[in-house]
Amino acid sequence: MKLAGKKVIVLGERDGVQGTALSECVKAAGGEVVLTVNQCFV
Amino acid sequence: MNFPVIKAVSYALAHTPDLVPYGSKPERELRKEPALYERLVAHSRTFDQACAYPPHQAFIGHTSPEALWEKETPWWRHPDVAAKRWGPYGEIMPEAEFYGLLRFSDDFDLVWLDEAFLPAVRQQLRAHPLFRTEDLDRLGDGHALDRIQSKIAHEGALPLRHQDRIVGCVCRGHDEDPFLTANILLENVACKATGILAIRWLFEHHREEGVRPEAIDYVINAGEEAVGDRYQRGAGNLAKAMAERSGCVNSTGGDVKAFCCGPIHSLIIAAGLVHAGIFEHVLVVGGGALAKLGMKFRGHLKHDMPIMEDVLASFAILVGPPDDRNPRIRLDAIGKHDVRYSGSAQSIAQALIANPLDALGRKITDIDRYAVELHNPEITEPAGSGNVPRYNYRTIASLGVMRGEWPRQAIAEFERSHGLPGFSPTQGHVASAVPYLGHARDAMRRGDLRTAMFIGKGSLFLGKMTNLSDGMSFILEAPKA
Repeated sequence: MKLAGKKVIVLGERDGVQGTALSECVKAAGGEVVLTVNQCFV
Repeated sequence: MNFPVIKAVSYALAHTPDLVPYGSKPERELRKEPALYERLVAHSRTFDQACAYPPHQAFIGHTSPEALWEKETPWWRHPDVAAKRWGPYGEIMPEAEFYGLLRFSDDFDLVWLDEAFLPAVRQQLRAHPLFRTEDLDRLGDGHALDRIQSKIAHEGALPLRHQDRIVGCVCRGHDEDPFLTANILLENVACKATGILAIRWLFEHHREEGVRPEAIDYVINAGEEAVGDRYQRGAGNLAKAMAERSGCVNSTGGDVKAFCCGPIHSLIIAAGLVHAGIFEHVLVVGGGALAKLGMKFRGHLKHDMPIMEDVLASFAILVGPPDDRNPRIRLDAIGKHDVRYSGSAQSIAQALIANPLDALGRKITDIDRYAVELHNPEITEPAGSGNVPRYNYRTIASLGVMRGEWPRQAIAEFERSHGLPGFSPTQGHVASAVPYLGHARDAMRRGDLRTAMFIGKGSLFLGKMTNLSDGMSFILEAPKA
């Protein structure tokens, strides 16, 4: 998936991959994070 | 060096199927779709079913968590034929008795029980080992059903149902205060009541070891419930309220708020207080989370399962001065997820697991058991939330691979060799590692376990004040390890 130049909504989860970590990956790939949300599903 | 020890542990469950509609998720969904109520009722478990549910039997100490690996799944279809209500760590309390416990725990005449229902409750509690005559006096005489119905119809009271009929209500605490509504007060009194139940079991089961309520100096409530009114929402100190009804007359206390990680924070603080010589005996307690009841009911209905989140869970843990009989908390190797750490799995594992191991010069495999978030996967997987303990064990095993201490091809095997099956009700802070503490203490006292690490995590971001998560960990060591 090419993320460069794309706007990205990040949904993270505490016991999976957290939003802040996902956001860093998206930014490193050239994407623009427009929203980061973390959830806890338990 | 001598470190504080875990002197006693207890756990309790209260089976409350008629409170499931007051869980946060069911309550919101029922408002949109009232017809759901019949489906909730049709999928509720009987007390016998909830009691014989194998993970519940492990929770109260009848079986070990590890024994669940050998049980046929799904566990809810394979009841434990040897199940008992009373366990080595506490009990599974039926709903009618729990309503009596609510009334007992209420100091403001908020919980009204039907005068026709109350005698049966009183009789059942009279046979209960934890309740004395003076406790039963607190139940009062009850109220006429028409007065209860009037309270519900005209004064914002919340009905208490049992077996298809209204048997009481919870009254609001103020006409206008949005934080003293009947729903919020029920949530708080339920937490208080289940906390008291766990504390009383702790004293009951450890009396012969000299563990007495009068010896407690300080109580820490690790739960997440926000007790307070409009001017001090969440101000708390449910700890002292629980202590009052548990005979801890020489104690005061306070609440430690840290989301689901509250119990691990609290235990480390408790051990610190004991280690510093400020207090000799500190009790850490966590009451049940009413808001979490029925949280994943949609997933359970979709799979035609019973509503699995129908129990309130609680625990009590006594931290005391060093002795040669009980496992000790290694205060020289505390793991903590500092602000500087990121939220990546690798960073969290470094902070909570690698750092404390390095402080003692140990390897991943030097810890016999890791207790993580112990949510029962049979509750979470049908709702698409996955197997939380398994995620965590794969992360720890992966850390082991990076450190050259665990073979890459054996990542999946780490769960069985060094982990535990999820066996806790999904009751927020209650599920956070501490359900294993009683089992670990017993195994260490028997000489069957040398070391265990307890790892808690907190979802701070849910409160919208920071994007950070949190976590803390400690290592427990057998007396002669």
